[in-house]
Amino acid sequence: MIPMTHFLVLGAVLFLIGAMGVLMRRNAIIILLSIELMLNAVNVTFVGFSRHLADMTGQVFAIFVITVAACEAAVGLAILIALNRDRTMVNVDEINLLKW
Amino acid sequence: MIELAWLIPVFPVIGVLINGLFGKHVGENAGPIASGMAGLSFLVVLGIAGQMIFGAGGSHTIPLWTWVEAGSLSVSMSFLIDPLSTIMLLVVSGVGFLVHVYAVGYMHGDPGYPRFFTYLNLFMLSMFLLVLGDNYLVMFVGWEGVGLCSYLLIGFWYEKQSASDAGKKAFIVNRIGDAGFLLGMFLIWTLTGSLTYTEVFQAAPEMSAAMASAVGLLLFVGAVGKSAQIPLYVWLPDAMEGPTPVSALIHAATMVTAGVYMVARTSPIYVMGPDAMSVIAVVGALTGLFAASIGLVQNDIKRVLAYSTVSQLGFMFMALGVGAFTAAIFHLMTHAFFKGLLFLGSGSVIHALHHAPEEQQQDMRYMGGLKDKMPITYWTFLIGAIAIAGVPPLAGFWSKDEILANAFFTGHYTVWIMGTVAAFMTAFYMFRLIFMTFHGEMRVDHHAREHIHESPPTMTVPLVILAVLSVIGGVIPGFPPEGGWIHRFLAPSLAKMPAGGHAMDQGVHLMNAAAGGGHSGPAVVLLIVLAIAVAVGGIALAWYMYVKDTGAPRRLYRSIPGIYYLLLGKYYVDEIYQACIVEPTYKLMRGLWTFDAKVVDGAVNGSSLITMVSSRFSGIFDLRTVDGAVNGTASFIRFFSQVFKYLQSGMVQNYLFVMLLGIFVMLSAYLFR
Repeated sequence: MIPMTHFLVLGAVLFLIGAMGVLMRRNAIIILLSIELMLNAVNVTFVGFSRHLADMTGQVFAIFVITVAACEAAVGLAILIALNRDRTMVNVDEINLLKW
Repeated sequence: MIELAWLIPVFPVIGVLINGLFGKHVGENAGPIASGMAGLSFLVVLGIAGQMIFGAGGSHTIPLWTWVEAGSLSVSMSFLIDPLSTIMLLVVSGVGFLVHVYAVGYMHGDPGYPRFFTYLNLFMLSMFLLVLGDNYLVMFVGWEGVGLCSYLLIGFWYEKQSASDAGKKAFIVNRIGDAGFLLGMFLIWTLTGSLTYTEVFQAAPEMSAAMASAVGLLLFVGAVGKSAQIPLYVWLPDAMEGPTPVSALIHAATMVTAGVYMVARTSPIYVMGPDAMSVIAVVGALTGLFAASIGLVQNDIKRVLAYSTVSQLGFMFMALGVGAFTAAIFHLMTHAFFKGLLFLGSGSVIHALHHAPEEQQQDMRYMGGLKDKMPITYWTFLIGAIAIAGVPPLAGFWSKDEILANAFFTGHYTVWIMGTVAAFMTAFYMFRLIFMTFHGEMRVDHHAREHIHESPPTMTVPLVILAVLSVIGGVIPGFPPEGGWIHRFLAPSLAKMPAGGHAMDQGVHLMNAAAGGGHSGPAVVLLIVLAIAVAVGGIALAWYMYVKDTGAPRRLYRSIPGIYYLLLGKYYVDEIYQACIVEPTYKLMRGLWTFDAKVVDGAVNGSSLITMVSSRFSGIFDLRTVDGAVNGTASFIRFFSQVFKYLQSGMVQNYLFVMLLGIFVMLSAYLFR
């Protein structure tokens, strides 16, 4: 029986890695992938708690999160493609039109 | 037919609308149109009069609509047809129609031709309203309307300073009288709660003598203004500045008799107030004598006739004052015939002298010998003069003699003497006019001589008709005296003096009884003989002074120059009014103007100065304080936004980093609190 702590530590590590990726990488596609990583870290935590508490709600939530993540990835990629067609760029630090 | 009385004023309205609105297009047709409308009204009046005279008579009210409905005051626009208004309608529409026809010829070629006939029809409308109304308010509307038309027509040739001045004078003097009429109406309403004749007269017997006299005197003030009695007669002689048909219609036959009609109409109230009656009798007699004496020496043909009109109106008021209402209306009617005739005749003369210098056209000293040049005018004029002088059997004799007889038999001997003297003067000045104008050698300007001609038929036909009326208009309705048709016809409309009302009357009745009983007998015969003697005497004196011995007037003037100049200067009444009323009014006006300029304007300017100073201060406050606060807020916000705007880097990752940092800080605070 894997203890609860392992799930939480794995979730926290994955989330941190994902967060660092979002904050530090410049390529928009990598950023999207890092967001997926953060979402999956959350999923691991959900599933871990579901097992620990013997309650199926956490697993249902994880499936919802995966569904939403798929939608989000589709929308995000679509935006990226549109941006790329318009200005030929993928680096987020070049997208600063909302500057003062 | 009587129900159609509303048609009478409708025709002049149509005439006014056509000539007033489309005068330029109508042009020379304005005269026939206006005359036709007056003629149609005359036809309706004839129909109504026929029914009234040969039918049942009586009094008929034709309600049209409710005019004023306010609280307890209710005035309806309705017409009253009774014997009195029938006689007035006949006079107004008959003479009015003839004058319209005459004016078609007289005014021919005048640039204001359509305007003239618009005013003339407007006058007919107002006069019909005045006569037809069944209450005082409708009468007042007509009363003001004829006043307005009088003003417009006197000042018809407004380019002439004297004409426009005369118009203003007539209007202003009439206003004084109108104020009296208004006050009288207010008093009637206060006393009886109504303005309708029938209701007022029903309540009249309950009035106290003092109240009835007050009402009577106030209304009489109105009559004094409109009918040119002392002291407000001054406007009528000046009104001769208007075209002659206007003088004939308005200032001789109809409008100036409105006051007589009004007093006769109000007779049930007047018989309750003997004091008012006495005042009327005295004012009438004074005016009759006073104006006749001025007429003796005037040289302007129309002014002689104007003073004659004032004098004859005095006779009518004399009759009203002694309670002989029928005689007054009778004289009103006959006077309308012969004075209308005389004015139209003088217009014919002036028309013939059209080519003489302006100031000589109306001056009798530059006429003479016109008899053969214009025979129709001469003969009709002569008939009119005999009629007004009071020679039987022409119209003036019957009505004037009746007035004098009434004055005598009611014991007003002073009034009777004044009236008789005035009658003598009337005969004299009328024939002085005839002899100076038509007889003797011709004194007309040489250039104008060959242009003298008889007037066209539109002018002479009315003259002939009026001459016929002047001959028969007295004897047919008025014979026998005091018992003629007109007395029986008018009796239902006019109040009777209460028998034995005055102490003096008692004595008179006794004396009459002693003299042969009532109004017949030797006294009457004596009076008639005296009246004829007075008339013939006046004519004979005029003949002696102006035909037989033409040096006589000059000698008379040499011997009494003071009286001559007093009369020629019209007793200097105009000058006295100028000095006593007009000048003080001007002074008051100037004083008030100075007050206005100094005090009122000063106050206005001062307050504007205060406003300017205070607005300067509040402007400064606004600029410094209010604007300062607003601008301060703005610059405060601008300064800090300059600093903080750099937070908006536009980099999503920056935002995310700050967000995560925040979460981290909050979680830390939560965990390590």
